Amino acid sequence: MIIYFMCLILFCVGLYAILVKRNLIKIIIGIIITEYAVNLFFILVAYRSKGRAPILAPDQIVKNMVDPLPQALVLTAIVIGLAVTALIVSIAVRVYEKYGTFDITKIRRLKG
Amino acid sequence: MRQKNLRNQRSGMTLIVKTITRLTIGLILLFGIYIVLHGHITPGGGFAGGVIIALSFIHLMLAFGKDLALKKLSEVQASFFESLGAIMFLTIAILGFVGGYFFLNFFSDKGEPFRLFSAGIIPLCNVAICFKVGAGLFAIFAALVFLKIGSGEEK
Amino acid sequence: MLELYILSLLMIIGAIIAVEIKDLLSSVIAVGAVGLVLSVTFLILKAPDLAITQLVVELLCLIILIQATIKRGIPRVISRQSFLTIFVTLTFIGLFLAFAYSSLRDLPQFGHPIMRVANHYLEEGLNKTGATNLVASVILDFRAYDTLGEATVLFTAVIGVLAVLRKIGRKKTP
Repeated sequence: MIIYFMCLILFCVGLYAILVKRNLIKIIIGIIITEYAVNLFFILVAYRSKGRAPILAPDQIVKNMVDPLPQALVLTAIVIGLAVTALIVSIAVRVYEKYGTFDITKIRRLKG
Repeated sequence: MRQKNLRNQRSGMTLIVKTITRLTIGLILLFGIYIVLHGHITPGGGFAGGVIIALSFIHLMLAFGKDLALKKLSEVQASFFESLGAIMFLTIAILGFVGGYFFLNFFSDKGEPFRLFSAGIIPLCNVAICFKVGAGLFAIFAALVFLKIGSGEEK
Repeated sequence: MLELYILSLLMIIGAIIAVEIKDLLSSVIAVGAVGLVLSVTFLILKAPDLAITQLVVELLCLIILIQATIKRGIPRVISRQSFLTIFVTLTFIGLFLAFAYSSLRDLPQFGHPIMRVANHYLEEGLNKTGATNLVASVILDFRAYDTLGEATVLFTAVIGVLAVLRKIGRKKTP
């Protein structure tokens, strides 16, 4: 139960970075940390104590395997996260070219 | 040869990095292909193998500059391979209708387990996803590198 | 299970360093460290597919972020927040943690998952698909619709990046 709570603390560190920081790169870092925490939570829920990896071995019948379903979902989520991070980074680079800064308050000021 | 090396030295990193890259780039590409083809037997699969293949081309681009890497795999070819992967995946999905429903594993003989040629459509899907992920990520990185060079010229 | 606590503590410390340090390049490298520790954690939690994928994805993510931050001409982050903003945010996060902790009791105990669906996959997977890697059989056979949706999202993201970064039509901007 404590390990779930530590995973939640990792989530909250990312949430703090998204809500408080003003630099665009720091906000992207917050999004990445949040995504890591969610992936870790899925795998923690799927873990079975003294389990084995869900890969069959020849001439041997194994019954205590961990849950393969959340692993399959997280495997796709990791790659999607990379593509979405690249999209956010490219938008941030365009914003830097336009305004010359990563600070979101100055970007807002220059808009009007 | 010496003249060519000197001319190449203007783009990319130093001679040490280039020599090491020349030695390791084939091994990285081979490892990616191995991960993709054995995805249904051992850990790995299309996603991890595709990212490794994209990383081998990115390694080439970082070490030798963008011209040589784009000669091996240009941006148009990258988008072509990505579309090819999507079409392959969708075609495999639709071919399942010969047996009744979407994404049917339509090979009646699944083959012997723990062999390379087994498991029906799963290796084909792995290859399709590998094309899609590898070419897509390489296209993203090439676009970012182009943008950085373009903004340097404007200033 | 001691190593899990140590690894997650390491991840929390790395994340706090990444959020609070002033230099942007050091911050990006701290995120890379968090990702590599996450890869080791996946390996301990018996998920080798995820460990490989997380390792290579983390390398690529680090390269992209360094490309974005290096040579941008911003030496330090100077952001002085008002005290009220930080106070309100911390209060909100504290409330969130309290509610989340009270709802954590409804989850199954750590190490004893509910495997009603997964038992079917584990027993029938080899006979129905022929693949010995059961994660691959779940991704590409039992739940291939999810993978098709994932491919669509990836395609959209690549098209978005290429559209945002294109050069044609950008000449007229002053």
